[in-house]
Amino acid sequence: MPTPDIADAPHWPVVHTIGVDGMLISFSDTLDEAANRAALAFREALEDAGLQGVLETSTSLASVYLRFDLRAADHKVMRSALDAMLRQNDWYETPLPSGRTLWRVPAVFGTDLAPQLDEAAAMAGLSPDQAIAALCAAPLRVQAIGFAPGQPYLGQLPPEWDLPRQTGLTPQVPEGALAVAIRQMVLFSVSTPTGWRHVGQTALPLFRPDQPEPFTLRPGDDVQFVAVTREEFENIRRNDALGGATSQAAN
Amino acid sequence: MRMIKLHRVGPGITVQDTGREGWLSQGLSRGGAADRLALAEGAALLHQPTELAALEIAGSFLSLEVSAPVRIALTGAPMRALCDGEALVWHSSHDLPAGARLDLSGSEGGYSYVHFGGGIDAAMTLGARSAHLAANLGRMLTKQDSLALGPDSGSRAGMTFTPLSRFNGGLLRLVETPQTKLFSPAQRTRFTQTTFRKDARANRMGQRLVCTGKGFGTDTGLSILSETIVPGDIQITGDGAPFVLLSECQTTGGYPRIGTVLPCDLPRLVQAPAHADLHFAFVSLEDAVTLERAEADRRDGLRSALRPLIRNPHDIPDLLAYQLVSGVTRGDELEGKEA
Repeated sequence: MPTPDIADAPHWPVVHTIGVDGMLISFSDTLDEAANRAALAFREALEDAGLQGVLETSTSLASVYLRFDLRAADHKVMRSALDAMLRQNDWYETPLPSGRTLWRVPAVFGTDLAPQLDEAAAMAGLSPDQAIAALCAAPLRVQAIGFAPGQPYLGQLPPEWDLPRQTGLTPQVPEGALAVAIRQMVLFSVSTPTGWRHVGQTALPLFRPDQPEPFTLRPGDDVQFVAVTREEFENIRRNDALGGATSQAAN
Repeated sequence: MRMIKLHRVGPGITVQDTGREGWLSQGLSRGGAADRLALAEGAALLHQPTELAALEIAGSFLSLEVSAPVRIALTGAPMRALCDGEALVWHSSHDLPAGARLDLSGSEGGYSYVHFGGGIDAAMTLGARSAHLAANLGRMLTKQDSLALGPDSGSRAGMTFTPLSRFNGGLLRLVETPQTKLFSPAQRTRFTQTTFRKDARANRMGQRLVCTGKGFGTDTGLSILSETIVPGDIQITGDGAPFVLLSECQTTGGYPRIGTVLPCDLPRLVQAPAHADLHFAFVSLEDAVTLERAEADRRDGLRSALRPLIRNPHDIPDLLAYQLVSGVTRGDELEGKEA
């Protein structure tokens, strides 16, 4: 981000207003693990603090959003409460929130179900098999849930996956599509157009409004993909409401 | 159970209430009525809670039939409303008898609402009855759909009020976003001096605006880390056209936002007809807070702004019948009463 004037150069974290009744606490302007962790931890602390007038909080990749009731609180009071909380801790050093889950999610990579694997692999300088191994090598963090209901941004992939988005949009990827760009993967919760490259396909439902737990993943969870064949995938899709996903407590 | 049955159903008709709060962290935006003020107005007219669900009509048409006596209120963008062929006044509440047919047409755009005494008793999902089309929650209504109504604890109808003026476009006030200053002062000034109109392409997620002349933008190649976005945010997308986010917007985004329309001015945007001029002006955060608090207080007082709906005798086709009912006298009695 360009800084038009050195005096404007931010000292992280920085607090901005969002709309008339919102605040955004940003821990970085680039995606990094520490800033993501800081955002998750600070939101948890905010929820616990129960500041008067706060209506809702959420996180995005490196920031926390807070909305408050303008008739129950004002900006000055809210701002000083946030500043005090920010000073209490080195938020970049705080551990991840408790109660996280590690998910193992079967995915088919490539084939007609995920037609851009070869293209993305080539851009990352890998063979398709190397690409699949790399994408399944380790758990990816749910760095944020956003854009659409239950939709995770997963990261962070190694530097060779810093692929730009396509200039044109893929008109439609199906629900469960796994797409890659800018060292992240997105697992789409609804069928949507996208500029990210469609490299894998899962059958993991992310948003089930009629269930007691409508959202499958939470920010801070870990997701590890397990490559399966197209046949195995079709079998899972037919027979398993959770798309073959298994979960256990994350460390 | 009191039911309404839909006969002629245009596009863009959904069940709406105040939406679902509290799911932003899971990627689900609040949704709810595009013009939330209209919901408050309908609730005031029927003396019932604002949370009850109503029908939202997005610049379309609708005919429905009620199975039992029902109180209704008509708010939002005015339409031609007929009850069994007789004209009903908009921005008012009315009694419909059992079996009555309500025909609504002639929208100039924007969002119109039909509220029912007791509200629409559609299934609750995640704390609301609203259709959230972007999230695949609920759906647009179609011909032959039947909707149940909740129990109506009120009885009063025949009330009206003067709605907040918002059906002809006008000025939309903005506060700055974290990215406003990434637009050059010249861009920002030009933005506030430009006349915009609504693009025909719009939905409950957002409204694209068009203008003559150049588009708007920050320095090329700028990428902003995706962060929380809110209804009213004006994204400047790749083509330079402003895109105002509405109730069903995505929860996060990475396009630069030049400003955020005040919530109290959003009804003026969503209710502007296609031919209406729209302008923007920045206000300070302090002024915005004052305006929002004043509007919240005004909405709380909507019930006290109601007045009885006085029918103009020229609008009553069976005027003679009314006179007969009230005027069956022998003349001498009348003289006696007046004495």
